[in-house]
Amino acid sequence: MTLKDAAVGSKVKVVKIEGQGAVKRRIMDMGITKGIEILIRKVAPLGDPVEVTVRGYELSIRKADAQMITVE
Amino acid sequence: MIKIALAGNPNCGKTTLFNALTGSNQYVGNWPGDTEEKKEGRLKGNKDTVIVDLPGIYSLSPYTLEEVIARNYLISEKPDAILNILDGTNIERNLYLTTQLTELGIPVVIAVNMMDAVRKSGDFINTAELSKKTGCKVIEISALKGENVMEAAQEAVKVALSKKATIPQHTFNAEVEEILDNIEEKITDVPNEQKRFFAIKLFERDDKIKSLMKNPPDVEKLIIEAEEKFDDDSESIITNERYVYISSIIKSCYTKKSKEKLSTSDKIDKIVTNRILALPIFAVVMFIVYYISVTTVGTIATDWANDGVFGDGWFFLGQGSAAYSEASDEYSTAQTEIEAFLSAAEEAGLDIEASDFVKQAEAAQITGEAEFYDDNGNIEKTVNVDSALYSQALEVEEPNPSDFGPYIPGIPVLVENLLVSINCAAWLQDLILNGIIAGVGAVLGFVPQMFVLFAFLAFLEACGYMARIAFIMDRVFRKFGLSGKSFIPMLIGSGCGVPGIMASRTIENDKERKMTIMTTTFVPCGAKLPIIALISGALFGGAWWVAPSAYFVGIAAIICSGIILKKTKMFAGDPSPFVMELPPYHMPTVGNILRSMWERGSSFIKKAGTIILLATIFVWFTSGYGFTDGAFGPCAMENSMLASIGNVISVLFVPLGWGDWQASVAAITGLIAKENVVGTMGILYGGFEEVAENGWQVWANLREAYTPVAAYSFLVFNLLCAPCFAAMGAIKREMNNLKWFIGAIAYQTIFAYCVALCVYQIGTFITTGVFGVGTVVGLALIVFFIYLLCRKYKESTTLKVDLSANIE
Repeated sequence: MTLKDAAVGSKVKVVKIEGQGAVKRRIMDMGITKGIEILIRKVAPLGDPVEVTVRGYELSIRKADAQMITVE
Repeated sequence: MIKIALAGNPNCGKTTLFNALTGSNQYVGNWPGDTEEKKEGRLKGNKDTVIVDLPGIYSLSPYTLEEVIARNYLISEKPDAILNILDGTNIERNLYLTTQLTELGIPVVIAVNMMDAVRKSGDFINTAELSKKTGCKVIEISALKGENVMEAAQEAVKVALSKKATIPQHTFNAEVEEILDNIEEKITDVPNEQKRFFAIKLFERDDKIKSLMKNPPDVEKLIIEAEEKFDDDSESIITNERYVYISSIIKSCYTKKSKEKLSTSDKIDKIVTNRILALPIFAVVMFIVYYISVTTVGTIATDWANDGVFGDGWFFLGQGSAAYSEASDEYSTAQTEIEAFLSAAEEAGLDIEASDFVKQAEAAQITGEAEFYDDNGNIEKTVNVDSALYSQALEVEEPNPSDFGPYIPGIPVLVENLLVSINCAAWLQDLILNGIIAGVGAVLGFVPQMFVLFAFLAFLEACGYMARIAFIMDRVFRKFGLSGKSFIPMLIGSGCGVPGIMASRTIENDKERKMTIMTTTFVPCGAKLPIIALISGALFGGAWWVAPSAYFVGIAAIICSGIILKKTKMFAGDPSPFVMELPPYHMPTVGNILRSMWERGSSFIKKAGTIILLATIFVWFTSGYGFTDGAFGPCAMENSMLASIGNVISVLFVPLGWGDWQASVAAITGLIAKENVVGTMGILYGGFEEVAENGWQVWANLREAYTPVAAYSFLVFNLLCAPCFAAMGAIKREMNNLKWFIGAIAYQTIFAYCVALCVYQIGTFITTGVFGVGTVVGLALIVFFIYLLCRKYKESTTLKVDLSANIE
């Protein structure tokens, strides 16, 4: 399952981050790394992006990018 | 001289700390080779210490402009110390940057900000432990409350003087450390204290750092080995290790009081970005911003500045202005009646100069017919003026504004009085009043409204709602290469493009900001409405669809430009991941809002003022002067130099259907202010000194001169082409780069030209059926447009940035 498919309100654990380069680095720079817990808070009114809580703060991430994050 | 670099994440309170440390001793410059602003300031009470405000960054990666600028500065300029500011309420992620800063071989002091909020929430940060784990001196501060800020700076000065570089305390996985040691040994041309940083960057395959080295060692084999072992790319290995280290120390440094309890900010966010309520709330917020900064307070401020301070004059606090305007209406009614009566008398052959004229007229039973017009040039009412009414009208005196209330004359009036009293030459008076002061007015006239808007923007940014706007609107705007935050510039741009462009400052991403600046003025602003009214009234009988179609053209231009430009090299060149922090809501301080408002407003005056002033003077001069009867001097517009210029360039507009010099001149005077197009058409097509806002006096003449299709093409061109000088000044200021400024203006004008050409050529073909070369060109352009819109493009994965050239 990827972060994109995770249900709102659920807590997931990051297994792997796909991709490479700028987008992947940025996602990881913001604290989404292997083994970290992510809480999916909400989806924007127009359906994209999603808001998640990671390492104690709120982060907005596009679904296209969330798809690169494998979670469980 | 000690240089201290202020580094920290966005939203950590860095700007507030910078302001607290430097007060008013700030200078704004540019970072080398780039358009980003660089702020420096002298430390309060310590003239020998300069604080450099680095851009807010999360990391020292090679992928965003801000990060590249910051690390280049840190490596090449080597400041004496880094003051690393952390957001105490979000310490885990903030420490990530700290782990990178401590590797640079520069003394680092950590200031944990927002301690007041941390204490209030009952959380605890063990600064002694944090200091041990990071190897830096740690100070608790609250930049907002001014708590401990000077102590933090003094501490930074102390470590700067000691010249003892911070030694990074964090260690990675033993295997990674081994590889890094291995690389460090191979590095020869870097000072010892920077070796770890360079080793890590080489391991990460950072080509920008590699290019800084004279003879970089080849470490590719080591990297590949590690990547196979860890089953991940080298960059991610390092990032992972950093966070693993932070997770390992955070437990001993930071105790959170309550888990899972909703904070006030969470509660606000639950409502504000709620799936159902978010859009209505957004609409209300935008309505308030627009209503106050454009419709009400903004318009009052702009009218006051333009018509009052830089016009005839104004009533203090508006006292007496209603009574005065009533009196002056009465006066102008009387004047119309007098004119009607006199022209009737003249027609009857009476001598209106005669001393017993009234008696003669009475005897001859003269009656004039005074016609009063409504806004569209229809006769609203006619009044028969007999000699009794005439005598009555003569009694009406021209009202003197100072009789009605505390009246303050405008600057032009005051200066004119002064110039007359010192017997100033007429041409010089003209230059000062109509050239220079009008030009200064064009610059300053926008400032009051801008201040109102900037106060709003500063509030929205500081309280955290701006990030939510990007969150809510992202889906709509990102398709056109714009940011969700582009909504505000476009919205404000429908009132006035100048503050609209200035509002783009809130967009962090460089490409999205530039795209917003280039497209904002496509939205028809308030000053373009008279042009729409003129064309709609003159050639389309005031048809309902003309005005909405103008907005449609504007929005379509934004969308098409966004899609086309996004695929060009200039814009597709950089990767732009949208992973954005949503900072907690908090109440900003009045001081910070006022400071941000003042900074943005004054930078418009400083950086946009000159170009607006010079351009206004140029057009004023060329439109009022020229060669008449072989002598150079002031003349009517049709003989002016501008008319000659119009004659020459009008050839260009033949394919657009309005290749006469009048239209060209009108388009040029429109650059001073778009509503001038109507006034110029009034002068050149009817000899009217002054026309109504929609120019109804010349509608009949325009109908003879243009076909509807040609007039619509004229309208489209004026809507989309280069905006007025004030907006161009704002574009120049916001682009902060001459090449981009010229590029933006050229793009807008060429785009406008092509669209107007298509409108005219295809429109003419449809309405008349005449097929010619122009039609072919028009069709070819449309095909080309479609190609530009549909072609494929690939986003680049590296950031191309040239920091070698230093433009000031």
